Amino acid sequence: MASALINVPPRAKRGEIIEIKTLISHPMETGYRRTQLGGAIPRDIIRTFVCTYNGTEIFRAELHPAIAANPFIAFSTVATESGTLAFQWTGDRGFSETESVAITVD
Amino acid sequence: MSGQSSRREFLLATGGAAVGIGLASMIMVEPARATPAAMQEAIRKVVGSARINPGRVKLDLPPLSENGNTVPLTVSAESPMTAADHVKALHVFNEKNPQPDVASFRLGPRAGRASVSTRIRLADTQTVVAICEMSDGSFWSTSANVVVTLAACLEEA
Amino acid sequence: MCVVVLAASASAGEIPLTERRSGYDLMSRETRAMQDDDTANPGMLWVLEGESLWNKKTGDAGRACAECHGEARASMKGVAARHPAFDAARGRPVTLEQRVNLCRVDRQKAPPLAYESKELLALTAYLARQSRGVPIDVAIDQRTQPFLDAGRATFYRRQGQLNLACNQCHDDNWGRRLAGNVVPQAHPTGYPLYRLEWQSLGSLQRRLRGCLTGIRAEPYEYGAAELVDLELFLMWRARGMPFEAPAVRP
Repeated sequence: MASALINVPPRAKRGEIIEIKTLISHPMETGYRRTQLGGAIPRDIIRTFVCTYNGTEIFRAELHPAIAANPFIAFSTVATESGTLAFQWTGDRGFSETESVAITVD
Repeated sequence: MSGQSSRREFLLATGGAAVGIGLASMIMVEPARATPAAMQEAIRKVVGSARINPGRVKLDLPPLSENGNTVPLTVSAESPMTAADHVKALHVFNEKNPQPDVASFRLGPRAGRASVSTRIRLADTQTVVAICEMSDGSFWSTSANVVVTLAACLEEA
Repeated sequence: MCVVVLAASASAGEIPLTERRSGYDLMSRETRAMQDDDTANPGMLWVLEGESLWNKKTGDAGRACAECHGEARASMKGVAARHPAFDAARGRPVTLEQRVNLCRVDRQKAPPLAYESKELLALTAYLARQSRGVPIDVAIDQRTQPFLDAGRATFYRRQGQLNLACNQCHDDNWGRRLAGNVVPQAHPTGYPLYRLEWQSLGSLQRRLRGCLTGIRAEPYEYGAAELVDLELFLMWRARGMPFEAPAVRP
């Protein structure tokens, strides 16, 4: 499964506020659902999402089961320098997914 | 909703197991629900004893959601977002899901703009609350009501 | 090209062609926004996966779809909008899902993908995406007419414990509400689509089976002739409407 869909403008002007949109494939199982026979389906969610810009953390999200499946998170940052935006999602059952995107800042 | 709960309570009280395997597979054990009090407690955990001021933070939610499984939400706050004066965090809470917490977003001056969008689950028609934590230690809040006809969280697989 | 003379047999109560509306028009602003933005549409996760599967060698023949079909953007444009399509070897129309599996088995020497599997949804989502904006145009001629008629009969037949026919909701009561939801006209313009109820992408047949369960009828198996014929009829009923996959629906 293509795990993540990330949208970052490839180029930006120094000082410009850019919007970052992220979408990741994950069921975000709440832990409250039951099977047809009444058995519990254990919780399985992404708990933390972190974005770093050339190594410095610029955004962090702490998620709970109330976040919908295939979590969509959009936020912004100031384009300061060219480099790499790195994204990491971690969660239950050792879930860990990382992606990175290059950005050119003029 | 309350009519349904009392029927469930009655069935469970009269020995759900004894009523038969077939019925047992249909009885849904009702999960613990958050209450407005639980939400206040969750908010206090974040805010401590500080005063919560109304204003400065905005919640964008549809007043009627088509499906509680995926409700688009945008939480934003007015702030110059400078090193001296910025939004440190945006927290979202609810009052009727099984748990009161929804998410916490940590920002800072590098955000440029204090605005985060995501999609949440809502288990019932309810009030959603957003708390904004500023760099000067002040807290601001707002709330929005959402009518939910098709609930999340409570459906069987 | 659609041979109108053979196909047209309007029954009283059929929605006039000019009054046809996609389910998109009946959705809230927020859900429409989710569909419109390819950077935020959850269905695009499957489209991306489909793109990588398209280019991946598979099966005993060790062949990728791309090796025969090249760039999907060009070669697959319009294909999803023309399915179900007649397959001469099988002597009957096949859906896009079935076409993918026929190619896998016959040409890639790979096992068929299970209905509603991640991979099959991903490939069909990728293919469907290439038909976005293309007017739906299933070929109705001497070969496909009997299957269209069978599909039409299913659409108008009362079924299930609730004894309801599809047309009673979707021709006669579209736009009105059923248990808090607006009843759509039921045009398959956006499949496979991301349904908020499913929290996942799913096929038209999954939706049809869900509807059949809803009227307390025994749902036909995936790939059953009844479902394929009904799909053909629904696509014909939606002829000319623009394809909008992968759609988002409540």
